[in-house]
Amino acid sequence: MSNQQRIVEILKEVSQNPDVPAAEESLFAGGYIDSFALPEVVSALEKEFGVKIPDSDLNPGKFETIAKIEQYVAARIA
Amino acid sequence: MTSIAAFGSWLPPRVVTNAELAALLDCTPEWILEMSGIRERRYASPEEDVVAMAVNAAKDCLNRAGRTAADIGLLIVSSGSSAQRFPGPAAAVASRLGMGETPAIDVPVASAGSLFAMVLAAQLAPTTGPVLVVAAEKMSADIVLEPANKATSILFGDGAGACLVCHGAGLLRIADWQLGSDGAFAGDLRLPLSGPVEMNGRSVILQASRKIPRAINTVLERAGVRATDVAAFLMHQANQNLMDRVAKAVAAPAERFYSNIARYGNTSSASMLIAAAEWAVSSPPPSGTPVCFAAFGAGFHWGALLATAE
Repeated sequence: MSNQQRIVEILKEVSQNPDVPAAEESLFAGGYIDSFALPEVVSALEKEFGVKIPDSDLNPGKFETIAKIEQYVAARIA
Repeated sequence: MTSIAAFGSWLPPRVVTNAELAALLDCTPEWILEMSGIRERRYASPEEDVVAMAVNAAKDCLNRAGRTAADIGLLIVSSGSSAQRFPGPAAAVASRLGMGETPAIDVPVASAGSLFAMVLAAQLAPTTGPVLVVAAEKMSADIVLEPANKATSILFGDGAGACLVCHGAGLLRIADWQLGSDGAFAGDLRLPLSGPVEMNGRSVILQASRKIPRAINTVLERAGVRATDVAAFLMHQANQNLMDRVAKAVAAPAERFYSNIARYGNTSSASMLIAAAEWAVSSPPPSGTPVCFAAFGAGFHWGALLATAE
């Protein structure tokens, strides 16, 4: 499974919504996840990819789209 | 050893319901409730300014403690919504309480201000004598009731809370605390010199969801106390959804997190002490049980304080 697929599975699990937006679409603008789901997404990313995301990286913009999350995760695990 | 001898509070009488706000903000009362857990809040009148509310909460606290203003060695007033840049409200509150030349200082930290003031009080009380901590906020003066600002405007209310911190025994013995500050996100929650409160809600929730549980777990672990053994968590009443999330993160029953946000909304730094004042009357804890305070807000500033019922 690719990193993007793993991220999509996390988003489906947290949002309980199988209709995941396109990779470049905002997860927030369309209401796919809200402010309170975002911390769950971050925790799930840490668990899934075995990385520690520091508080200093907790800028919501880094998690705005699937593509941005994928880019961030790739940098963390590199 | 320092203890909290008593709490106090005061709320303006005017109740502002979700229905009243929804009509102004192009939303529904149900949406406000879902987003925040708030059903109504209090708005102060023009005469009920930060100083007046603080004085009322301070008097309530002194009455509950069986003390007078003459007994106080230091006054600390927490407010992020005072009407002017300086002086802060502390000197005026002291004057109205008849405290003479007793020193009075301001803690303009906003949301977590009452927690920081309690920690200062715990440190200072052995040398100054009893420290009266008061948190008063008139947030209704710092919001704009327009649809574009609804995400912020639905949250806030006005009110004041207080506690008396003394050297020696009291209602709650202060055991430990953990405070933190991180200015990297200072722009995500602020009240500029002109204009309303500005808040990046996603950033606030994201940071608070991590920092509050971490602070709580730190003081619990240092004391060897399990979250499930804590009689009550008295948190800054920021948002019911956030409190539920913190309860889940520290693995404590959600009902242990005392909540009155449905009735008063987010009264910034006053909220934790207003909640404590209600809790102390409605649910006095058995002797020896742990009680945990926690707050997070603008700055960002955050922390937790562990106390034990005496």
